[in-house]
Amino acid sequence: MIRVVSLLLGLWIGVAQAQIVSVEPEYQGRYNELLHELRCLVCQNQTLADSGSGLADDLRLEVKRMLEEGLSDEQIFAFMSDRYGDFVLYNPPVKPRTWLLWFGPFVLLIGGLIGIRQVVRANNKTAKSSTLTESEKKQVNAVIQDRDD
Amino acid sequence: MKSLIPALLFFVISGFLFVGLYKDPTLVSSPLVGKSIPSFSASTLFYPDKKVTQADLIGEIALVNVWATWCPACKHEHPDLVALSEKTDIPIYGLNYKETDKAEARAWLRDEGNPYAFSISDDDGRIGIDFGVYGAPETFLIDAQGVIQHKRVGVMNNKIWQRDFLPIIQRLRREAL
Amino acid sequence: MIPEIGHFALVMALCLAIAQASIPLIGASTNNANWMAVGRSTAIGQFLFLLLAFVCLAYSFVVNDFSVLYVANNSNTALPIYYRISAVWGAHEGSLLLWVLALAGWGFAVAIFSRSLPQDLLARVLSVMGMISIGFLLFTLATSNPFDRLFPAALQGRDLNPLLQDPGLVIHPPMLYMGYVGFSVAFAFAIAALISGEMDSAWVRWSRPWANLAWVFLTIGIALGSWWAYQELGWGGWWFWDPVENASFMPWLAGTALIHSLAVTEKRSTFKSWTILLSIIVFSLSLLGTFLVRSGVLVSVHSFASDPARGVYILGFLALVVGGSLTLYAWRAMRFSSTSQYEIVSKETMLLVNNVLLIVAMLTILIGTLYPLFEDALGMPKSSVGAPYFDAVFVPLMLPLIFMMALGPVAKWRRENLGELLNRLKVLAVIAIVVGAVLPLAIYGNNTVMTGIGIAAAAWVILSSIYAVVRLVNKRDAKTPLLKAYAKVPKAMYGMLLAHFGMGIFIIGVVFTSSFSDQVEQAVKVGEKVSVAGYDFILEGVGPVKGPNYDAMRGSVRVEKSEQLLTTLLPEKRIYNVQRNAMTEASIYTGVFADLYVALGEPVTQDKWGLRVYYRPFIQWIWMGCLLMSLGGIVGALDRRYRAQRKTKPVSA
Repeated sequence: MIRVVSLLLGLWIGVAQAQIVSVEPEYQGRYNELLHELRCLVCQNQTLADSGSGLADDLRLEVKRMLEEGLSDEQIFAFMSDRYGDFVLYNPPVKPRTWLLWFGPFVLLIGGLIGIRQVVRANNKTAKSSTLTESEKKQVNAVIQDRDD
Repeated sequence: MKSLIPALLFFVISGFLFVGLYKDPTLVSSPLVGKSIPSFSASTLFYPDKKVTQADLIGEIALVNVWATWCPACKHEHPDLVALSEKTDIPIYGLNYKETDKAEARAWLRDEGNPYAFSISDDDGRIGIDFGVYGAPETFLIDAQGVIQHKRVGVMNNKIWQRDFLPIIQRLRREAL
Repeated sequence: MIPEIGHFALVMALCLAIAQASIPLIGASTNNANWMAVGRSTAIGQFLFLLLAFVCLAYSFVVNDFSVLYVANNSNTALPIYYRISAVWGAHEGSLLLWVLALAGWGFAVAIFSRSLPQDLLARVLSVMGMISIGFLLFTLATSNPFDRLFPAALQGRDLNPLLQDPGLVIHPPMLYMGYVGFSVAFAFAIAALISGEMDSAWVRWSRPWANLAWVFLTIGIALGSWWAYQELGWGGWWFWDPVENASFMPWLAGTALIHSLAVTEKRSTFKSWTILLSIIVFSLSLLGTFLVRSGVLVSVHSFASDPARGVYILGFLALVVGGSLTLYAWRAMRFSSTSQYEIVSKETMLLVNNVLLIVAMLTILIGTLYPLFEDALGMPKSSVGAPYFDAVFVPLMLPLIFMMALGPVAKWRRENLGELLNRLKVLAVIAIVVGAVLPLAIYGNNTVMTGIGIAAAAWVILSSIYAVVRLVNKRDAKTPLLKAYAKVPKAMYGMLLAHFGMGIFIIGVVFTSSFSDQVEQAVKVGEKVSVAGYDFILEGVGPVKGPNYDAMRGSVRVEKSEQLLTTLLPEKRIYNVQRNAMTEASIYTGVFADLYVALGEPVTQDKWGLRVYYRPFIQWIWMGCLLMSLGGIVGALDRRYRAQRKTKPVSA
């Protein structure tokens, strides 16, 4: 299947479409979900669901086989990453190497919120010591409230 | 000095981008390095009746080269492999990966030289999957215990041999002494 | 001859850009009006020369001049004329020319429409834009000249990549580039402020509509790209978190933060240094996107520029522009202190929270996109950071942002009573929760926590943006007629609320599409049917058709609901004559509430065809939402206060 390449500049590759593998209906849902989380190493911007490469065809059959043998999702992901590395997993596993990836955004968020608190405080300190008289402040505020609407 | 943070962050990122310019983003390091070669049982290209297994590859330092006639880069690296097999005593085993035309494969080796001690027939690509093959040609370096020490994705030539393989082989030999 | 004229025009544009970058800047620092005035004329001249270069390249495509290497590589006599024109930006060299043309176009617009801008500010802004032009024109001429000749000339061209032969691709890159490059105006304003050390209310009023317009273009550009991918790629998806998509999404998020921060800076003359920093960041991200796409440092199936020299050049330029401006910022930012006072619960703080959330989201994408590169550079095994990661991290960041979208517009500046504010909105909150709980059940007979939260969030945003207008109108005194009261609401307010409303529509599309999509991929014989989501798709036949530059197999698929004929879809499998690529041309039945999408696969056996059938509920709402957001941006930029000054304010000496 053809997958995007670049929304930005228009560079893309056309490849053969993925061959359709018939899977028992009871596995169809898991099969689709698994394939969408596995990366094809040949056409590296495609999932196993979309890639038309020969390797992807083989690996789809492997996934089907493992589903039929009753393996869990974790076992199937492990089968793939044991052979091809974490690179095949579009959902990177949480391990020390990916801590920054998984926890970084939330650390940044907390840092940002703390930053806001400090900015508001520091700002109020300087603003309070500014040279406006009370009546001037009132005027300014009146203007601001007006503009607010 | 808070206002310096964005500039510092930017230069750190730029450093990474610069390093990245000289790396191939499509190369994926193999998790199999440091592990024993996977087990298999298959026939060979010239002796369809004879079965070989992983035990036949173990015993001395060796190379396993993944190839097929449908792979243009494999044809490209072939003369270098032949030259390599002539100049070293390290055995090279072929993994004839998803061969589409065995007759042509045999003819090719007869005409252009056969660098392989033997070539394992991996008709359905199952052995290739266990070896984590994703882009033929690939070359594995295994030690005397059958542990994979290095994997090269892409063509093999003298320069790569000297740079990536020889140092590991020399280290293995030193350690074996 | 024509290509040489184009090449010459490029060189002339470079000369003018050099003049534009230097003379007005010196003029501004020595207060020499004549030197400052050079900025306008050189900006106009540069644009005209680049337009000439562009027309020359387009002409070479139209007349099939295969003695031009770029034309020979990307066109063909059998290519229809409209694709020959869009092929101008179909590959690296030409798209770079479009980039510099767009940049010069913005410079031209600034020169034309900002006549009443304080002269020294205009001179500095145009000078900064000229500097950026120099970098890109040098890059074009030195490494990527689209006018390079091929000798001997090719007899036939190698054709445009078939994937680019789509109407969406005719307008998507120009829109996207207009957005990317448009932020160079806000960037130039920021640098001008840093150089002069001044940032008064005129500065904000001038830079704000430019930032708005750039944001509008970027929004449309990204939406068109997503729409094109959906139409053309045959996989029924609309966003894949591909590095190249991410490269366009990062400046959008930062740009969204910027237009909100500009609002605070205009109304309350605070957050000044933050606004400057954001202006720099947004354009830096545009440049970073250019680098990521053209250098090949990330795995994205783009075929551009495997030439490391290009990567080194752009990275060097990036270091100069971004590194230089951030260093300038570090040095001068302290000058822009804010003195206005506000409490922790106030509109100001809410907009700060909005900015933090947007910037954290942007940094998340930056980290995720570059993570494999970081790992590789440090010698670690590489991860793949894909849709599952981004979905998992993005949703928790976006939910509080969506919650704030209702609070911000109705909160007061300076100080707000949180209890009172929530009290005002509690009815909306109850309605939104009920809608979230009931609507999915009513339509699909099924609901999950995530779907319910998503729909409630959408309802919350939509209801609150309507409420914000109604509240403003109700505040007018009793004598004002209702219609007049609506007319009196400032356009900027309408624009903002329209954009928020569009966001709500967008969320509905995303939530329903991701929750209730269905698909079947099956091999069928002629006459057999596939059933998806209550629709039957019957393959009636497959036969050959011939296009202008391709041969195709066209399937005919009858779509029925409850045995009633709905439509007949005609998906194709095309082989383009020159590049021999197999292309999937999906056929889509577009409805307001759902799309039915059929793609023809490979023949599985002699008489069986692979058929991919996708049911995509509410997917058009995604792009409708983006369209409404862009409309909001346009309405906001048209606000009277940005135009009034143009008429009343005399040209400053």
